[in-house]
Amino acid sequence: MKRTLILTSALVAIAATAQAQDKQVNLLSWGGAYGRSHVEAYVKPFEQQTGIKVQVSDADNPATPVKAQVEAGNVTIDVASVEYADAVRLCDEGLLEEFDPSILLPTADGTSAEDDFIEGAITECFVGTDVYSMILAYDDSKFPDAKPAGAADFFDTAKFPGKRTMRKGAKFNLEFALMADGVAADQVYEVLGTPEGVDQAFAKLETIKNDVIWWEAGAQPPQLLADGEVTMAFAFNGRIFNAAQQEGKPFNIVWDGQIYEMEGWVVPKGAPNPEAAKEFIAFSTAPEQQARAAEFISYGPPRTSAAALVGNIEGTDVPMGPNLPTYAANLENALASNLDFWVDHDAELQERFNAWLAN
Amino acid sequence: MANALDPHAAIVTKAGGLDRQGTLRTADGRPLKAALARSSRRARRRAFFLVLPLLLFVLITFVLPIGQMLQRSVKNDGFSANMPQLTAWFHDNPRGTQPDDAAWAALAADLAAAAQARTIGVVGTRINYDMPGTRSLFTSAGRKARGGIDPPYRQAILDMDETWGDPKLWSVMRMAASPYTANFYLAAVDRTRDDQGQITAVPEQQQIYVKLFMRTFWLSLAITATTFLLGFPVAHLLATLPMRQSNLLMILVLLPFWTSLLVRTTSWIVLLQQQGVVNDMLVWLGLIGNGQRLQMIFNQTGTIIAMTHILLPFMILPLYSVMRTINPSYVRAARSLGATSWTAFRRIYFPQTLPGLGAGALLVFILAVGYYITPALVGGASGQLISNMIAMHMTQTLNWSMAAALAALLLAGVLILYWVYDRLVGIDNLKLG
Repeated sequence: MKRTLILTSALVAIAATAQAQDKQVNLLSWGGAYGRSHVEAYVKPFEQQTGIKVQVSDADNPATPVKAQVEAGNVTIDVASVEYADAVRLCDEGLLEEFDPSILLPTADGTSAEDDFIEGAITECFVGTDVYSMILAYDDSKFPDAKPAGAADFFDTAKFPGKRTMRKGAKFNLEFALMADGVAADQVYEVLGTPEGVDQAFAKLETIKNDVIWWEAGAQPPQLLADGEVTMAFAFNGRIFNAAQQEGKPFNIVWDGQIYEMEGWVVPKGAPNPEAAKEFIAFSTAPEQQARAAEFISYGPPRTSAAALVGNIEGTDVPMGPNLPTYAANLENALASNLDFWVDHDAELQERFNAWLAN
Repeated sequence: MANALDPHAAIVTKAGGLDRQGTLRTADGRPLKAALARSSRRARRRAFFLVLPLLLFVLITFVLPIGQMLQRSVKNDGFSANMPQLTAWFHDNPRGTQPDDAAWAALAADLAAAAQARTIGVVGTRINYDMPGTRSLFTSAGRKARGGIDPPYRQAILDMDETWGDPKLWSVMRMAASPYTANFYLAAVDRTRDDQGQITAVPEQQQIYVKLFMRTFWLSLAITATTFLLGFPVAHLLATLPMRQSNLLMILVLLPFWTSLLVRTTSWIVLLQQQGVVNDMLVWLGLIGNGQRLQMIFNQTGTIIAMTHILLPFMILPLYSVMRTINPSYVRAARSLGATSWTAFRRIYFPQTLPGLGAGALLVFILAVGYYITPALVGGASGQLISNMIAMHMTQTLNWSMAAALAALLLAGVLILYWVYDRLVGIDNLKLG
C-alpha cells in the first residue's frame, strides 16, 4: 500500500514536471533597462497569472541568434524581441512562424486589437511592443541663451558650437541630414530614393563630419554628453531619458524631427513551445501591460488605447506620458522610419557610409 | 648481421634466436622488427586515444565552424535552391540569350512557388547583394504572385514592375543561378561585375575594403612596433632585476592583463578625451590653451594607444622568458674583449633575444589584425579596422557570405605573413618560454 502510494506520487510528480516543462516560454530579450521593463511589466505578472514559467535570456541583438538557431535547426527560443527591420527580413526569409492576430486581446471597450494598434504594428510575423525613437538631445548648461530646436540646429556649428555625437551607421543619419537640409518629413524617403537625394544627405553630413564623434553602443551618447565631450547628441530617446531622469543630468530632448521605429515579438520557426508563446504574446500586448512597460522605460506603447493608461515614471510621481515618442505633441514633425526602404538599401547605403567615413 | 662470435648474438639465440634466414626473433618466434613495430604502434595508439578528446574538441568547435563559415564565402544557394525552373533555364541557355517565353514562364512559376514557401525573401536577399534595391522587387512580386500569375507571363510580370525587364537584373540572376560564386570575394576587394559580367571597380565613393585591409595591416605593424619599443626595456628590466623587485614589477605587467578589456578601453576614453584627464592636465600646466585641447581619441591615435596598452603583455612575456635564459657572461666577455656597450648589445645580447621577439611580434600582430571591440569604441572614423566591417556584416546587415569572404582574406593575409616570417626568420626560432 505504502509502496503504491510512493509510486503513484512519483508518477504524478513526473507528470507534473512534464506538464510544467511543457508550459514554459523561453524569452530572448536585450538586457539593460529595456530588458528590465520586459521582466517587470510582462514576465512577472504573466508568471503570476498563468503559472507558466518564463525563462529570460539576453542577447546584443536577438535577431542574430534567431537566424543562427533556425538555420542550424536547433531552436530553443520561443519568443524574441527584435527590431522591426530585422523582423521584416527574418520573416521574408521564412525564419519566423506566421503570426495570427486573432490571439491579440481587444481593449476594454471592445475595440479589436487590429484597430487599436498603430499602423504597421502587426505584420505577418510580428507584433509591436513599443515605439522608440532617435532624437536630438543637448546639454542645457552649454546653451544658456538660444536652445537648439530642430535638425537644422544640429548641423549649425556656428550658432551652436561644440562637438556632436551620431550613431555610426547610415540609417537615421541620412534622414536626419535631409530634414536638416529642409526636406519635409513626409518627403524624406522619396528624396532618399534618388541618387541625388543620397548625395544631398551625404553632402549635409559632410558639413559637420569633423565635429562628430560616432557612437556605437547606446550607452555612449549620454556618457559623452555628461563628460562634456559633446554638446549635442542624436541618440535613442530611452538612454537620454534615463540619464536625465535617474541621474539628474541637464539633458533636454528636442522631439521635432524625431525618427521613430518599432520593436516587438517574433516567434522563430520551430519554436519548442508555440502555444505558451502565443499566450505570452497575447498577455504582454494587452493595453494594461503595454502601459505598464512604458513606466519603466520611455518607449511608447504601440496601442493607442494604452497611452491614457500610462502612469507615473516607476518610483516617482512624475507622469511618463510626455516623455514618450508616441505622445501626441511629440509626433508633430516626426518621421516614421521606412523599413521597406531600409531593407532594400541597407547594405548599399551602409557600405557607402562606411566608405565615406573612412575617407 | 650477427655472427657466431658476437656475444650479444649468443644471448639472442638463447631467447628467440636467429632462424635459418638470419632474422632476429623474439621468444615467441615472431620477427623482432615486427614485434618492435607492433609495440611502438600500440604505444602510439594509446597516445592517440589520449589526445583524441582534444582533437575532437578542436575539430567540432574550431575546424568545422570555420570551414563552414569559409564555405559560405563562396557558396550561397539562396537563389538557385529556391528558383529551380529559372535556374534550369539559365543552364540550358547560354549567356546572351534574351529571356524568351519559357524564361518568363519559369520566373512566374518560381515566384509563385517561392512566395508560397516563404523563401522569396531569401531569393531577394541574394540578388540584392549584387544589385542593391532589388530585394523589395522580389518580396512585393511574391506578395502579388502568391495566388499564381496568369499568362502572358512577360506582360504580367512587367506590369508589376518595369525593373523586371532590366538586362542587369537578368545578368545578376544568371550569376546567382550557380550556387557557387566568387562575387563576395570580388566585393571584398572593391570589385563588382557589370551588365556583361566583366569585372570592374565599384564606384569610388563605395570603395572601402582594400583601404581598410591596408590600414589594418599598417596599424597592426605600428602597434607591434610600439609594443616592441615599450616592451623591450621592461622585459629586460624584469629579467635582470633581483627576484623581489622583478616579481613586483611582474604583477604590474600582469594586473592590466587580468583586467577586463572593456574596462581598460573605457579607461582610455576617460583619460584621453578632450575633456579628459590628460587634456585637463595639459591645460592646467599651461602647455595648451583651453581652446586647443588635443584630439587623442576617437581616431587612429586612440586606436594605437589603447591597443598598444592592451597587447603589451603579449610582447613582454615571451621576451622576458627568453631574456631570463640569456647568460650575462656573454655580454661581460664581449665587454672585456673591448666591445662598447652598444656593440655588445647589438652583436651579442640582441640576437639572443630574437626568438622571444619573433614570438611576441607574431602574437601581437596576429591579435591586432583581428581586433574588433577596441577600435569600435575608440577608433572613431579613422581608426576602424577590417574586423569592424566583418562584425557589421555578421550582426547588422546579416550578410554572412560577405563577412566570411572578408574573414577568409584576412586569414589568408595572416597565413602569408606567417609564411614570410618562416622564410625570413624561421618558425623553429620561435620561443614562448
